[in-house]
Amino acid sequence: MSRIGVFVCHCGENISRTVDVERVAAEIGKLPGVALATDYKYMCSDPGQGLLKKAIAEHRLDGIVVAACSPRMHEKTFRNAARAAGLNPFLCEMANIREHCSWVHEDREEATTKAIDIVRLMVERVKKDKALQPITVPITKRALVIGGGIAGIQAALDIADCGHQVLLVEREPSIGGHMAQLSETFPTLDCSQCIMTPKMVDVANHPNIKLHTYAEIENVDGYIGNFQVTIRRKARSVDMDKCTGCGVCMAKCPQKKIRSKFDCGLGTRPAIYVPFPQAVPNTPVIDRENCTYFKSGKCGVCAKVCGPGAIDYDQQDELITEPVGAIVVATGFELYTINEKPKGSSIKGYGEFGHGTIPDVIDGMTFERLASASGPTGGKILRPSDGKEPKQVVFVQCVGSRAREKGISYCSKVCCMYTAKHTMLYKHKVHDGQAYVFFMDARTPGKSYDEFWRRAVEEEEAVYIRGMVSRLYQKGDKIVVMGSDVLVGVQVEIEADLVVLATAVQPRQGADSLAQKLGISYDTYNFYSEAHAKLKPVECATAGIYLAGTCQGPKDIPDTVSQASAAAAKVMTLFSRDQLEREPIVARVNERNCVACFSCKKVCPYGAVEEKEIRDRQGNLIRVVAYVNPGVCGGCGTCQATCPSKSVELDGYTDEQVMAMIEAL
Amino acid sequence: MHETKEKHDFEPKIVAFVCTWCTYAGADLAGTSRMQYPANVRVLKFPCTGRIDPVFILRAFQRGADGVLVSGCHPGDCHYMAGNLHARRRFAAFRGLLDFVGVDLARLQFSWVSAAEGGKWVEVVTELTERIRVMGPMDEFKALETEECWSGVLATPELQEAYNNI
Repeated sequence: MSRIGVFVCHCGENISRTVDVERVAAEIGKLPGVALATDYKYMCSDPGQGLLKKAIAEHRLDGIVVAACSPRMHEKTFRNAARAAGLNPFLCEMANIREHCSWVHEDREEATTKAIDIVRLMVERVKKDKALQPITVPITKRALVIGGGIAGIQAALDIADCGHQVLLVEREPSIGGHMAQLSETFPTLDCSQCIMTPKMVDVANHPNIKLHTYAEIENVDGYIGNFQVTIRRKARSVDMDKCTGCGVCMAKCPQKKIRSKFDCGLGTRPAIYVPFPQAVPNTPVIDRENCTYFKSGKCGVCAKVCGPGAIDYDQQDELITEPVGAIVVATGFELYTINEKPKGSSIKGYGEFGHGTIPDVIDGMTFERLASASGPTGGKILRPSDGKEPKQVVFVQCVGSRAREKGISYCSKVCCMYTAKHTMLYKHKVHDGQAYVFFMDARTPGKSYDEFWRRAVEEEEAVYIRGMVSRLYQKGDKIVVMGSDVLVGVQVEIEADLVVLATAVQPRQGADSLAQKLGISYDTYNFYSEAHAKLKPVECATAGIYLAGTCQGPKDIPDTVSQASAAAAKVMTLFSRDQLEREPIVARVNERNCVACFSCKKVCPYGAVEEKEIRDRQGNLIRVVAYVNPGVCGGCGTCQATCPSKSVELDGYTDEQVMAMIEAL
Repeated sequence: MHETKEKHDFEPKIVAFVCTWCTYAGADLAGTSRMQYPANVRVLKFPCTGRIDPVFILRAFQRGADGVLVSGCHPGDCHYMAGNLHARRRFAAFRGLLDFVGVDLARLQFSWVSAAEGGKWVEVVTELTERIRVMGPMDEFKALETEECWSGVLATPELQEAYNNI
């Protein structure tokens, strides 16, 4: 027989004004198993809690119901009070007779009847409540950062500065990401390399950061505090320990005509290369697809000229497994490409812009490389086709972005600002040139952003034409840009020397497959989803995984750095404890009943369901059952409602508890 | 003072199965905003609509509910990512089943009420209560339940005949 205590709160007059609390207490006191039913003016006050604690001891209560406000308000308060009095906190429930009753009904009789019902349901529930112990999981205080762009670098440095080990994994041979490619950055026009490269060096020199470049995530297992990450270190063909970074191999490599990806195809590089001179680590990689030795077995010049003998043609991909406690995902973006119609996506492409067949139609990143002092033209703005200085440049914004009919409805956020910057950079380098910008809206929210844009229009004399471009075509050595000016209501035709398209920011190719490895969710565009758009902007719904930068959505450098630091702060919060304590509202499998259909595994949004093998003493496999990892389980209970054999129960919301309430209706 | 409330002959019993994160919070908001709605609804809180087993709905009807409301987060807003989508799918199939056994589907309402939609909660509850009030009490399941409990007598002629033939 239960000994339930019921405490009905007046909440000053908030409840007692419409609910006859004395009658509620009297009626509930008649229920079987209720040892005590009383009312008090303010249950949450110190004397109110004292009353509760005293009653638990005096009446030897094994369950309590506090009929007061919403559990969202004070459940914690009363559970803590119960714990202090020696009662398991999960044997304390709240009946919401304020928000759900006294505040929304005026008729005293009706409200009192309803309040009695609400409390009765909770009394029946609490009879079936079981004592639950908080779950503690150990934390490996070591973080993994995926992506070595500015977001990953910032997050890695912040976590490492706090004294924790960080693994930084970058797919390319060097860290730096897109920011290393930029010429100058808005709104201050400081040189991107100048602010980026010192941070890259900091990463390389930091004692707490272990850098894995030219590496990818192969597999992720485990859960918050206890991830096991398998990293594939791709064969560099260069021994990183022996290489001194002298660069002789690159100078002597006979194969030099390979288009540089870093320079957006404008420049060339040898087959053994570092992506750019300031690369970190400054260790070259052999591009096996283009290397003569790997293609024909002849050459081997780099091995011959390498003083320390670092060239290793037989190097293989290496898989390493590392334990980490938290993961920051900072995989960044790529630009929508007009060169070819993207395969397999719902995006339609820009046939009317020639799908990139006109050589002097370039994207924004290519323009950055043209304008960069370390770029292939040494910072001179020259057309890719004939190397002439363009005198009329047309910039087109929103290519791909905000075009639902093309498949992307979002705004890429940075294009308005970087196009304004491009017009300035152009004007600074080609004084007699004229920049035109086709735009839909100028979106410049951000500190000093609108002033920057106004400067481009008012001082640098960029001509902004509101409207979209309908067609581009080559005419002699000019590109005819046909568009409309919707403010004036006329068709516009400009004969341009160079056209720069501000193409949409998209997640990296393969962002979805990485998300599946990590068990995090992503939206229709493959941007990773944060746990809450407003209140949990850096956490993933999967515990222990955090987001930074453009992999979560288009953003500029200041926002990216802020988010990266925020993600790092979240990791440090997690690492500030030795054990992770969490509410024990998790699912448990009854292994005797489980028929191993794994319907639960299919519906589990957290990937918490594992296949557990049951073996006899000799180690022979008897059968396989489902097992819910309590560290990973989010506690939604979808598995329980799905289980056809009723073998899984969500603690705190068991069928018994729910049915007890329904029976009491 | 307040205007006198209309008295009805029949006060339906409405049971609402809601998720903690959206609809329960939405109902809390209706409270903190002091909105008014009929006192017929009894709220049962779940972590997620994904936890709600169709059996609960059947049992609620048996135990005297005249109408049932299931409400959770809007699609895409689920605190647990996809629980509400699983629930939607499950109940889409369940409705067909209920229809088959002869329950008027107007007695069962599904809705999405977010934590910010106190007003919508009031609307949904009021509308459902009014609708059920017009429809009258739901007796079929209750009658069955009573019959099941009162199993001492073989009531049907077929069973009586079978009994006689033993």
